[in-house]
Amino acid sequence: MDMQSVMTLLLTVGKILLIVVPLILTVAYYTYAERKVIGYMQARMGPNRVGPWGLLQPFADVFKLLFKEIVLPSSANKFLFYLAPVLSLAPAFAAWAVVPFDDWLVLADIDASLLYVLALTSMGVYGVIVAGWASNSKYAFIGALRSAAQIVSYEIAMGFALVGVIIVAGSLNLREIVLAQQGGIFDWFWLPLLPLFLVYFISGVAETNRAPFDVAEGESEIVAGFHVEYAGAAFAVFFLAEYANMILISALTALMFAGGWLSPFENVPLLENTFIAQPHLLWFLGKMFFFMFFFLWFRATFPRYRYDQIMRLGWKVFIPITIVWLIAAAVFVLLGWVEQGV
Amino acid sequence: MAEIRNYTMNFGPQHPAAHGVLRLILELDGETVVRADPHVGLLHRATEKLAESKPFNQSIGYMDRLDYVSMMCNEHAYVRAIENLLGVEVPERAQYIRTLFDEITRLLNHLMWIGANALDLGAMTVFLYAFREREQLMDCYEAVSGARMHATYYRPGGVYRDLPEVMPQIAESRWRKGKDLKRSNEWREGSLLDFIDQFAADFDSKVDDYETLLTDNRIWKQRTVGIGAVSPERALQMGFTGPMLRGSGVEWDLRKHQPYAKYADVDFDIVVGLNGDCYDRYLVRVEEMRQSNRIIKQCVNWLRANQGPVMPKNFKIVPPSREEMKSDMEATIHHFKLFTEGFCVPEGETYAAVEAPKGEFGCYLISDGANKPFRVHLRAPGFAHLSAMNEMINGHMLGDVPAIIGTQDIVFGEVDR
Repeated sequence: MDMQSVMTLLLTVGKILLIVVPLILTVAYYTYAERKVIGYMQARMGPNRVGPWGLLQPFADVFKLLFKEIVLPSSANKFLFYLAPVLSLAPAFAAWAVVPFDDWLVLADIDASLLYVLALTSMGVYGVIVAGWASNSKYAFIGALRSAAQIVSYEIAMGFALVGVIIVAGSLNLREIVLAQQGGIFDWFWLPLLPLFLVYFISGVAETNRAPFDVAEGESEIVAGFHVEYAGAAFAVFFLAEYANMILISALTALMFAGGWLSPFENVPLLENTFIAQPHLLWFLGKMFFFMFFFLWFRATFPRYRYDQIMRLGWKVFIPITIVWLIAAAVFVLLGWVEQGV
Repeated sequence: MAEIRNYTMNFGPQHPAAHGVLRLILELDGETVVRADPHVGLLHRATEKLAESKPFNQSIGYMDRLDYVSMMCNEHAYVRAIENLLGVEVPERAQYIRTLFDEITRLLNHLMWIGANALDLGAMTVFLYAFREREQLMDCYEAVSGARMHATYYRPGGVYRDLPEVMPQIAESRWRKGKDLKRSNEWREGSLLDFIDQFAADFDSKVDDYETLLTDNRIWKQRTVGIGAVSPERALQMGFTGPMLRGSGVEWDLRKHQPYAKYADVDFDIVVGLNGDCYDRYLVRVEEMRQSNRIIKQCVNWLRANQGPVMPKNFKIVPPSREEMKSDMEATIHHFKLFTEGFCVPEGETYAAVEAPKGEFGCYLISDGANKPFRVHLRAPGFAHLSAMNEMINGHMLGDVPAIIGTQDIVFGEVDR
């Protein structure tokens, strides 16, 4: 190996770390925020003992989980049992490779980045299925089957919603999708694609198995579903994957429907030349956190759907909506009501 | 073709939605439940047998531990059975206090139920809201008896002591100080009755809070409407009582139909449902909370206006005051006899039932004239409800199992006794 390829390799690893380390920290503090936010919504305090305002709680949790024993259930498939958490974590992280944080801040600016994201987020379900199968537990098995059916159905609605974005943006590249939304808050895609935006975000919640769609781990029915037999670090990896996926969905929603790093005050008179009208990474992060908050809000508010009701919602409501609105979006573009492309 | 068998699954006894130690063996055809076989007895503590080996007055505490979310109602049934055999008259004030605390207990139970049922169906927040109010009511328990749950407050003849003149305040701590502490103690400036009055004035708005989260929530309705429906005829056949029966539309409430304590003198309505499904039972219980609150307000008003004894002056069954005991020989003897031997109850048998929050809680008592009961049988409403489990669940999905367990409001303390 010559010097140059070593340098390239090191540089790439460095870039990956630059994404993964903040991501893991975000996951850690997302769990903290979840407990605090839901706590305040439920008239209680949330964690407040470890460190000032409980800020060190995520680390306490991580260390607790790391030091716990990983119990292998009897007659479980050892190889698959340990493989499953990795299968669910890897796609959750790998998808971040194509997420543009800013106009230039992206690890891999590939042309079909949206397809790549779709492909990887669908991979996550294998971790769940394998975990449910390998655990040799009835609860886990039911959880895995539920999860497989659910993710497959919502993938379709999600995919259709994204086709709408592609039609309007005229590109499969996430960076170009964002750039196609220039012109202020009413030029972002959430407005022309409002039904698709809602379907996408709700499907995203379903896709990540979060309340009110958390039947795959539905605590009161099948205890913890697919990861019921996992403890310690193996459980922590599942947990990490779930939260990384939630953040990913929020980031993608921000990119595709809410203008990514673009400022909502573009082209607003008086503000035009000020700092807040400029595109910035902070806008992207702010939008991402805004959508992340919804995940927590849903969890504190809604009862859980039943399994068949989730399927009905996916197949009979979301998919028809997306199909109708796809045609509508195409007509908009054709008539020139929505400007296509960059 | 391969042989296809149903999936048999243990739901419990260690399960977050089994409400204690219910072991439910489910036979699943896909997600649909074909058969549910509840196994009980994992919390059996032989309460009925234990009561046979103790003087009558020493078993009251066991009753608290039967249905451990509606403590005083259980005491009430047992104490009434003893009173029936003894033939003692309970002073009016004590009867009002019992009515008041029966309703406070009903609120305690229904709050626990609404929280647990919502939590089973995935709505976490209601649970914590309900517990916020439960905390206040437990403080009422603590104020009269010193115990937050297992009060042993009702005694044969009346209640242990009169309501306190001062409501204990929350002490300052690292976690509760300044404005926060002041707000917590706002209602606690006066007597217990003032506290309950303030609570009752505020409680309806709290019930509204729970309802905004559930009643019109589409998901909540999808999860409960049409689930576990029981026809009124079937409900009667299976021995349903309480909200389970009223949810099916049968207007039956012991408080109205066989009034005890002071229920004949207070104003309230029986709440009935229409369809007998989980949603109707939910509505019935929520409205029952409002009715209980109505009764509480009336009791508070009466108790404020009227003073009087809370125990009869019959020292054969009621301990004399500590003060008298120090100077009066007679009182010392009474005290000694009561706390060693207890009291003897005339020969006979009786059945006394109260409308406990979960349904008819009855105590069947046989005395052979000794200081201990010959036989005590406790009729727990949950036992009859649980035996309908298979019928209610059959044909529903796995996700409906917690909904039905929740709607039955099962507590294993009373089912297993």
